[in-house]
Amino acid sequence: MKKITRIANGRVIDPANHRDETADLWMADGKIIDPIPGKETETIDATGLVVAPGLIDIHVHLREPGQSHKETMASGTRAAAAGGFTTVVAMPNTNPSADSAATITWIKEKAAREACVNVLCTGAITKGLKGEELAPVGSLFNAGVVALTDDGHCIQNNEIMRRAVEYARMFGLTVMDHCQDYSIVGDGIMHEGEWSLRLGLPGWPRAGEEMIVARNIMLAELCDSPIHCQHISSGGSVRLIREARARGIKISGEVCAHHIALTDATLAAFDSNFKMNPPLRTQEDIEAIIAGIADGTLTILCSDHAPHASYEKEVEIDHAPFGITGLETEFAIFHDILVQKRQAIDLPRLIALFTSEPAALLKLDRGTLSSGAAADVVLIDPKLDWTFDKNQSASLSKNTPFHGHTWRGRAVRTIVSGETVWTLAA
Amino acid sequence: MTAEPNTSDNTPKTAMDSEAIEKAIRRMAHEIVERHDSTNRIVLAGIPTRGVEVARRLADHIEKIEGVRPYLGTLDISMHRDDLSTRGKVTALEVTDLPVDLDARPLVLVDDVFFTGRTTRAALDALASFGRPSTIQLAVLVDRGHRELPIRPDYVGKNLPTSREEKIRVRFENLDGVPDSVVVIKP
Amino acid sequence: MSTWTRKDLTGLDELTAAEITFLLDTARAFKGVGERSLKKVPALRGKTLVNFFVEPSTRTRTSFEVAAMRLSADVVNISATASSLQKGETLKDTALNLQALQADIIVLRHSSPGSSRFLAERLDSSIINAGDGAHEHPTQGLLDIFTIREKFGRIEGLNIAIVGDILFSRVARSNIFGLLKLGANVTLVGPSTLVPKSFEKLGVRVSHRLDDILAEVDVVNLLRIQHERQRKEYFPGLGEYVSLFGLTKARAAKLKPSCLIMHPGPINRGVEIDSDIADGHQSVILEQVTNGIAVRMAVLYSCAGGAGVPT
Repeated sequence: MKKITRIANGRVIDPANHRDETADLWMADGKIIDPIPGKETETIDATGLVVAPGLIDIHVHLREPGQSHKETMASGTRAAAAGGFTTVVAMPNTNPSADSAATITWIKEKAAREACVNVLCTGAITKGLKGEELAPVGSLFNAGVVALTDDGHCIQNNEIMRRAVEYARMFGLTVMDHCQDYSIVGDGIMHEGEWSLRLGLPGWPRAGEEMIVARNIMLAELCDSPIHCQHISSGGSVRLIREARARGIKISGEVCAHHIALTDATLAAFDSNFKMNPPLRTQEDIEAIIAGIADGTLTILCSDHAPHASYEKEVEIDHAPFGITGLETEFAIFHDILVQKRQAIDLPRLIALFTSEPAALLKLDRGTLSSGAAADVVLIDPKLDWTFDKNQSASLSKNTPFHGHTWRGRAVRTIVSGETVWTLAA
Repeated sequence: MTAEPNTSDNTPKTAMDSEAIEKAIRRMAHEIVERHDSTNRIVLAGIPTRGVEVARRLADHIEKIEGVRPYLGTLDISMHRDDLSTRGKVTALEVTDLPVDLDARPLVLVDDVFFTGRTTRAALDALASFGRPSTIQLAVLVDRGHRELPIRPDYVGKNLPTSREEKIRVRFENLDGVPDSVVVIKP
Repeated sequence: MSTWTRKDLTGLDELTAAEITFLLDTARAFKGVGERSLKKVPALRGKTLVNFFVEPSTRTRTSFEVAAMRLSADVVNISATASSLQKGETLKDTALNLQALQADIIVLRHSSPGSSRFLAERLDSSIINAGDGAHEHPTQGLLDIFTIREKFGRIEGLNIAIVGDILFSRVARSNIFGLLKLGANVTLVGPSTLVPKSFEKLGVRVSHRLDDILAEVDVVNLLRIQHERQRKEYFPGLGEYVSLFGLTKARAAKLKPSCLIMHPGPINRGVEIDSDIADGHQSVILEQVTNGIAVRMAVLYSCAGGAGVPT
């Protein structure tokens, strides 16, 4: 008998359709369907829960191919499911880097076998992420990449960046950029300010990000093609993006959870689990970023989930790699800070930042509960207070600064194409 | 069985009051004078903290008896002890201050309480770094017993037999703000 | 009575004023040991100290070695070239090996800020920071403060100038943290590239004009300036540095007669300081070296005791 599922009595929030009501949601054959009362073969009680499109994270490092000691398709997507995500976009800085159709095909096949959520690929902008020669963008597009980025690296040569953006336009691909001016940042590893002076650690000044954000705004205008600025950490970047968007320039920005949850003062213990790129900054930056989220300047929320093995992280802080895990903690952090504590945005807008906004940016046919759409659904308990235990994490790596933190709200059930892939253990 | 009245054993017991302390120190001063040649000035070396105070009071009495004040010094022996790693915390060291060349002079080490003898042994080690006194004697206000080394005091203010677990607390008004006393505290 | 309960000394930033004073007072007691004919006490008899220097340093290592020997500890020196760090072994693994060799105290010099703390959190041995990158050099800071306190009898209210490459200087940081905790007024002096204004957030004053502050300071502490191999983008050259920030005879003449001239060494004669001034009566540069032994004895003694099991 064909399975027909009714998710009963939840608060259905579907920003793409401006929908927010208590209702039942129906699924069959992996799709959202119109209600057919009385025909259900399975009922999921969602009383007191939010029923939303499965969340999308467009900035995730799944580490395969080549770094399966940090994360695998299987473990990384389990962590995604546990965070409420049904779609993740994998970054290209693997080994080999995702700069050829062959690697994209390999990733897609591996994901098809092992991943429990949808894995979409980005392709490199330049060969080997070296910032020198364009990658074969056309064949990457044909292989199915949803965006281009050299994430982890930043193209320093403005001419190469310009041509990349112009060329990508032909395929309708958004270019996403890790904004870091190498000459200004040098060997900086933490925000340049009072704490870097105190700790004697090399500073990574805001200007190192803002210069490239400004460059990207100018190139987006010059090429009339979208550029997406990844993991914005500086209040100055928010201001630049706000002004440019007001002038109609196709520039966008995203925010990682840790950049609104933690400041540079947390580096005082020299714990490399607080070292990421771009670095944690100050409360002023946090305020500017939250304001940018609230006024629509910043439209994407993400994790920059960057797993590293403990033996790689547990070294002198200047030798440790940048990055932290985040898929399992990001929704709770954003919800707790933006919706609960600061009331900067409401819950439907938070859902939009995780669903309709990334879907629109990368032209994905996901992130909605429209009839006929893929039945990617997340059930969220917005009132649940919970404490994160890194030892319970589904990720292979435990490099998180959030062990022992408590937040309000989390996903309790994740459904991909109509099948439940994860539920919160009672 | 009825409850014992609350005059239990472990209330601190005063072993010496200020008068007894004064008399004991005066007697020791006389003994020290008797047993030394008055032509060679004595060095009194107090062991911090309260040994320094006992030494100062001895010096006052000796000065009254003899008309000459002995040399008065401080000998911190903490850095000469061998039990650093069993303590878990470190207390502040006093600066060792010996005002005169010790060679060929009679020296009297002064402490408040004599217990195992290990402090005295450390003091003897420490003194070796400073010179070679003609004689070294030991004066203590209280000898509480339980020697662990072949060392015994030459001058004793009071013999006070104790159990090993008891504590002896010496207080001096000018250091502690309470009347002079020697108190035995049960564990 | 003040006490010390730490097993490690990784920096002055984390100490209280009382703890810093404790170490200074203890150092005063140990300074006497160096003035005796028999310069040795048995406090650390039977303990093993490893001087683990992953960055070259003769002066600091020697000072720790003398301090340890005066405390009767056994000393093993391991330097970067001899160590296995260059063979790809991690700091953590090397350190665990040192602990397995039953080192009671590890004195660490390392280029990474936080490396001492990294070891202190992972090992039972006492870890003494002998310089971690640009972060701290707490025993140098303590010996500078000890020397100042010995001369003036206090730290509170003194005006102290630290001159030179502050940005990259662990000596400057330890001095700043310690001096501020004890109530001194600290002014940092140097080129605006090496002494950025943002240092004022730490509670110090920043000046780029040495001439303006000479008359008011009680201490001028000159840091070694490096230019040949690094810092080329920070200032144009040594000649210009000397003209702006060198303690020349003319500048020294403006100092109060009571002003102390300090330098952590090794000095560049004619760069940070005029050669005659370095040898002059206001200079306490060699006393700093002597005091360094007493301060390090105090630190080794206190941390070895603080690491003990309380009974």
